[in-house]
Amino acid sequence: MADGAEAARLSAEIGQREQELRGLRERLATVLLGDAAATEDGASAFPGDLPPLPAQASLSPADILRYSRQLVLPELGVRGQLRLARSSVLVVGCGGLGCPLAQYLAAAGIGRLGLVDHDVVETSNLHRQVLHGEARRGLPKAISAAAALRLLNSTVQYVPYCGALSPRTALELVRQYDVVADCSDNVPTRYLVNDACVLADKPLVSGSALRLEGQLVVYNYHGGPCYRCLFPKPPPPETVTNCADGGVLGVVPGIMGCIQALEVLKIVSGMGSSFSQFMLMFDAREGRFRNIKLRPKKPDCDVCGDNPSVTCLQDYEAFCGSSATDKCKTLHLLSSKDRISVEQYKKLLDEQVPHVLVDVRPPVEVDICHLVHAVHIPLSKLEEKDEEYLEYLKKRICEEKQRTNSQTSFPVYVVCKLGNDSQKAVKILQELPVKEFGSVLAKDIKGGLMAWASKIDPTFPQY
Amino acid sequence: MPGTVGFWPALEPPVCVVVHCFYFRGGAELLFDGVKKHQVTLPCQPEPWDIRNLLKWIRQNLLKERPELFMQGESVRPGILVLINDADWELMGELDYKLQDQDNVLFISTLHGG
Repeated sequence: MADGAEAARLSAEIGQREQELRGLRERLATVLLGDAAATEDGASAFPGDLPPLPAQASLSPADILRYSRQLVLPELGVRGQLRLARSSVLVVGCGGLGCPLAQYLAAAGIGRLGLVDHDVVETSNLHRQVLHGEARRGLPKAISAAAALRLLNSTVQYVPYCGALSPRTALELVRQYDVVADCSDNVPTRYLVNDACVLADKPLVSGSALRLEGQLVVYNYHGGPCYRCLFPKPPPPETVTNCADGGVLGVVPGIMGCIQALEVLKIVSGMGSSFSQFMLMFDAREGRFRNIKLRPKKPDCDVCGDNPSVTCLQDYEAFCGSSATDKCKTLHLLSSKDRISVEQYKKLLDEQVPHVLVDVRPPVEVDICHLVHAVHIPLSKLEEKDEEYLEYLKKRICEEKQRTNSQTSFPVYVVCKLGNDSQKAVKILQELPVKEFGSVLAKDIKGGLMAWASKIDPTFPQY
Repeated sequence: MPGTVGFWPALEPPVCVVVHCFYFRGGAELLFDGVKKHQVTLPCQPEPWDIRNLLKWIRQNLLKERPELFMQGESVRPGILVLINDADWELMGELDYKLQDQDNVLFISTLHGG
């Protein structure tokens, strides 16, 4: 078929272009790295002990000019500025929170910024991770952030760490910095960072954001509680939502990252923080900030209490039952006989096999992109057995059955974004009463519409 | 369904009826049909209402599906912080706190994204 040949030609061309891009990115990474971290494998290793920052006795005329607008603040003054210059901050995560945080700390003249991130810049990061630009897609975020910050303030020392903070490396790393900013995006890393900060006795400025809300707490500071005092047990993994699933308006982590930067500056300059034993909650929808008084440090806390059971770093992924990334998980609820691949589904379409395709994504995602012939029934409506939607489904199945004069079990295929919700939906459809719906054979499409986009139709949007 | 509409502006409540607001934040509201603010009149009972009973009542009256995403045993699940009048419930006696008329009870699920 002519279409097949064209598709093959295009795929080959995409492959070739991608290879060229990879080459360009590697060259760009090498250039951006410069002499700063010229390790053999491109700064993937965590550098060893850093030399202490030199103690400055006074500000140079250049410093005075540069920082004049904050120097005239009596709360900061020359003393505070000199303190900033000899302070180091470890930024865990160079994403939506870490970008604005690092930007303001660099601009304010902090002495040294450690930048940790295991990920590379992706297109879907750019709306909120404002240090990274289009040209740096595919580069490690720690390198990209350091490059952007160097343009902003070249007098600050930047130490990029291209890798995940791990129980093996975290304590050694945290010990070399004065304050830690948790700008991470997952539960295991939050416990890891907390425990490392308690063991190394460092204040932890912790921010988080999702959808239109943000939260901020300063832990382990001046006798206040730590993260574990508040949350002794990790949340069940199925209750945790990441930014890819829940969505996030870019400016919300931007605002929270800026407040984190503010608290870091107050801590290192000697002003002290406002959020030890307090949580700041931000509701962007209502434009409201709320300050909540938290419990004090708990004497029976597992890590900062009087008789701690956590005296060295552990396996936090096991502790939390989830992995230390915010990538979407892959569920396996159905056996392979109840699933088909996107290739198989394409073949069914080409052969015009009678069926109904049910798209179970929420309406907001259907608006982004969909297959024109799909019936839309959000998973939540199936879960609550919404009568209106079930009636609609029944009608569509009957119509299609009659139109095609189908006698056997009627095939219903279910699709979602990634192939997780579609499995849940198939389980529900399999329970539908045969008396009403007739004999229905429900299967889900593995990998969902994103697999469709990457394997079958390159023009279909990915999100 | 009680809870989604405010009852209290109309009449002065009888002495034994306690009126409360619940706010759900950080995604916790998604368990309650996306409604963030519930104003609820709790039924009369001889004993004063405490948080333990309130959670039981919420489970029976407001939570329609998947209560395990909100509760674990008789308490809230790990990762949900309960605030009573803007203070951590730990400071107030947790499950044993005796509710007062017009109290604000706030359930926040912690966010982890960044």
